[in-house]
Amino acid sequence: MLPYKDLKEKQELIRNGQLSLKENIQSFLKKIDQQSDLNAFNFVFADSIELADAIEKKIINGSAGKLAGMVIAVKDVIAIKNKPLTCSSRILEGFISIYNATVVQKLIEEDALIIGKTNCDEFAMGGSNENSAFGPVLNPLNKKHVPGGSSGGSAAAVAAHLCDAAIGTDTGGSIRQPASYCGILGLKPTYGRVSRYGLTAYASSFDSIGPMAKNVYDLAILLEVMSGYDEMDSTSINKPIDSFHTKFRSHVKFRIGIAKEHFDKGLSIEVNENIQRVIAQLKNDGHEIIEVEFPHAEYSIATYYILAMAEASANLSRFDGARYGHRSDDGIDLDAMYTNSRSEGFGEEVKRRIMLGTYALSTGYYDAYYKKAQKVRRLIQNDFNKVFEKVDLVLTPTSPTTAFEIGAMIDDPLQMYLMDIYTTPANLAGIPGVSLPIGNDSKGLPIGLQFMSDRLGELKLLQITNLLGEQ
Amino acid sequence: MNNKYEAVIGLEVHAQLLTESKIFCGCSTKFGNPPNSNVCPVCLGHPGVLPVLNKKVVEFAALMGMATNCEIKEKSIFARKNYFYPDSPKGWQTSQFEEPICENGHLDITLSDGTEKCLGITRIHMEEDAGKSIHDLGYDTCVDLNRCGVPLIEIVSEPDMRSPEDAYLYLTKIKQIITYLGICDGNMEEGSLRCDANISIRLKGETELGTKTEVKNMNSFRNVEKAIAHEIERQIEIVEEGGRIIQQTLLWDADHEEVSPMRSKEEAHDYRYFPEPDLMPVVVSEEWKAEIAKNLPELPEARKARFISEYKIPEYDAAVLTTERPLADYYEKVISVTDDYKSASNWVMTDVLKIIKEDKVDITEFKVSPENLGKLINLINNNTISGKIAKSVFPEMLKEDKDPETIVKDKNLVQITDTSAIDGIVDTILDNNPGQVEQYLGGKETVLGFFVGQVMKESRGKANPQMVNETLKKKLEEKRTGE
Repeated sequence: MLPYKDLKEKQELIRNGQLSLKENIQSFLKKIDQQSDLNAFNFVFADSIELADAIEKKIINGSAGKLAGMVIAVKDVIAIKNKPLTCSSRILEGFISIYNATVVQKLIEEDALIIGKTNCDEFAMGGSNENSAFGPVLNPLNKKHVPGGSSGGSAAAVAAHLCDAAIGTDTGGSIRQPASYCGILGLKPTYGRVSRYGLTAYASSFDSIGPMAKNVYDLAILLEVMSGYDEMDSTSINKPIDSFHTKFRSHVKFRIGIAKEHFDKGLSIEVNENIQRVIAQLKNDGHEIIEVEFPHAEYSIATYYILAMAEASANLSRFDGARYGHRSDDGIDLDAMYTNSRSEGFGEEVKRRIMLGTYALSTGYYDAYYKKAQKVRRLIQNDFNKVFEKVDLVLTPTSPTTAFEIGAMIDDPLQMYLMDIYTTPANLAGIPGVSLPIGNDSKGLPIGLQFMSDRLGELKLLQITNLLGEQ
Repeated sequence: MNNKYEAVIGLEVHAQLLTESKIFCGCSTKFGNPPNSNVCPVCLGHPGVLPVLNKKVVEFAALMGMATNCEIKEKSIFARKNYFYPDSPKGWQTSQFEEPICENGHLDITLSDGTEKCLGITRIHMEEDAGKSIHDLGYDTCVDLNRCGVPLIEIVSEPDMRSPEDAYLYLTKIKQIITYLGICDGNMEEGSLRCDANISIRLKGETELGTKTEVKNMNSFRNVEKAIAHEIERQIEIVEEGGRIIQQTLLWDADHEEVSPMRSKEEAHDYRYFPEPDLMPVVVSEEWKAEIAKNLPELPEARKARFISEYKIPEYDAAVLTTERPLADYYEKVISVTDDYKSASNWVMTDVLKIIKEDKVDITEFKVSPENLGKLINLINNNTISGKIAKSVFPEMLKEDKDPETIVKDKNLVQITDTSAIDGIVDTILDNNPGQVEQYLGGKETVLGFFVGQVMKESRGKANPQMVNETLKKKLEEKRTGE
């Protein structure tokens, strides 16, 4: 455990001389080393300690940025200048980024300390963190189980107290699901809320960068710093950012939507029971529970995977061995160089998605797959628009189950894809979602609950998370 | 060409836009910098980068659309055209596919027999250029990404052309328009203007299209004409011999004047176009459109018509002077100094254009400023110098762009219009040539030419020829009457 409950307390301790930031980082580095079997980090930046004194001084003299002293781990799909960027893939072996992602720049400007880059599913493709060239990440709560994915390293690092908070990315649930499996908070912002500049693209129209933390304050202040319009990202939203960290404490009564489609077959009984308990509690607390409908819910997974894979098939074309990253020694001509570099560099799941995505975009199949899926995506968005006319929030499970055992689903990709049933709709609709822990199952594994709101409704998500946390 | 057949030709023209920066990043578009120096993470296609559209590219594309009578679409969409090549760092080219910025345009060409022909333009879209692969350095293939991300527009014509001449004139017209608009330098040899041709043949009267081939790699206007003529002949030969045309891409070999098929592997692309998720749809509002239209200059046709009506110069002159915008600008600067529009036209069309062609210089770099040429014309018209002297002053001006008045003064070339001075010279000449005077008085009046020549020689060309003529006639008549 850490000697403080959130960043605010941490900064106070530093200001009062009760906590040395240097020692704090040292203890994180030591813990990372002690728990290296978790495999949460791809790279650890021991040199982050060099900034400790300067930031500590700033905290004491009151000139520090909002995130001063926060020790953060960043998922290894995000560019940090002069640091390796591998996306947990062999194909980016040895690649050093030459620029900072906008989100990294923002963290640094607010005096956060980046302690390392976390392991993840290769190119953020996966839900178990088993698809990594660096090997799987273990769930710190039970090392036989997966931490979830693709931001599994970030979730494990936060859950195991190897850092204060972490940055994850969420394309189809990759922040919320591992947060749920590791018993922490994870928030996927509205699409476009946080600049994607510097995030290695998996599926460009879905990718979101978001915070993962252990308390709402940290989650809120991180989100506040990360958010905002970026002229380098044409899809970023140019709207003012709320002061999340001062507004998340509120006693608003919400209208909460619940859809029977989200409590159907496939949902674990234990998860369902825990959620029903929370629903009863919410009712008791004076929130209004309203039944809503998602007529196109059953198409979410198919729609998401077709579109995400199609985009991925193009996004990953740049990794061809020609200019950077892994190049095969084996190849007599250009085509062979491409083929061999990519065959050697990419893992199984990445290859599968590139192949399927290429297929979905091919002449003769484009209309039946890609175009159709685009249409269904709009229908799903419309479902949400209608629902949010009636409610403030939609409540669902984050995942149908708790963390499964390592290897349990590795040979059944389709089954693995189905685990994204509750998370992909938010990505399809571009809306924000948060996962929060609401208890444990009989094996002691955390159960996560998801709230979604309409676009730019992050404050509501932080408020409800805070309300439930106060219980 | 065999009279039984008719050719159907459509052109795809790529024009590199003269923007300061690239289409999706802030890198310079400057040509000729050291390899891989005009680059950044974005145009290098590093992981995590995103494109940001250069507004100027939209404005230039819309201008071209307006100049070619296209509809400018309120909403257009960028798409990814996927293919692997080392000089394409993202693995796709960002282009426009289903929804281009301009559609349904046309332009007119004038054939050599004077008839006008209207040629349709299917679409104009925006896209990025690729880098350059350099294969001839003796070792590995090298890639220069300076050109990668330089903005292009692609202008796709309808298959409305029927002859190599049509294609040549269409392309010339495109070049004229883009250079008038100032959006492209139109240099085919350097590759800032590129042209591919889709060619098929069919029997005259047939309405169905034949199987087409695409001819690439034609790097000059004349080569376009030659390659198309060659391809039409090739196709006719095949059909005449009972063969069938294969749909394929052919490369024009200018040295051997023949086409060869591209390797089928290079051709077998399924580009898998899909909308670029990293860019928002391009929205050209009515307001923006009006703003862009303000930058639409007077186009060649309109300018030619104005030259005829305003300056009363012949249509031929107006056509020559308006072929290129800088030439027309030059002419108009000349006549801002002199009112003699026709003389100005003659000087520009003959003396100026001759030097430009001989020395292969650009009109914008022409040594003689239009203002000084105007002054020179004025010097003739106000009798300061003769037309003949002017022709000798002009080369002096070419050496360094000096004010012709200064040259004329320094070289003492001012025309002698002083009666007594001319009288004196004439007297001397007549006195020195009694025999010729006899002949003249004897009725051989052609001898007058001899005297004029002598006087001009004596005055080193400076005597006013008309005054010399008159004085000679007067003095000779005086001799006749014995005064």
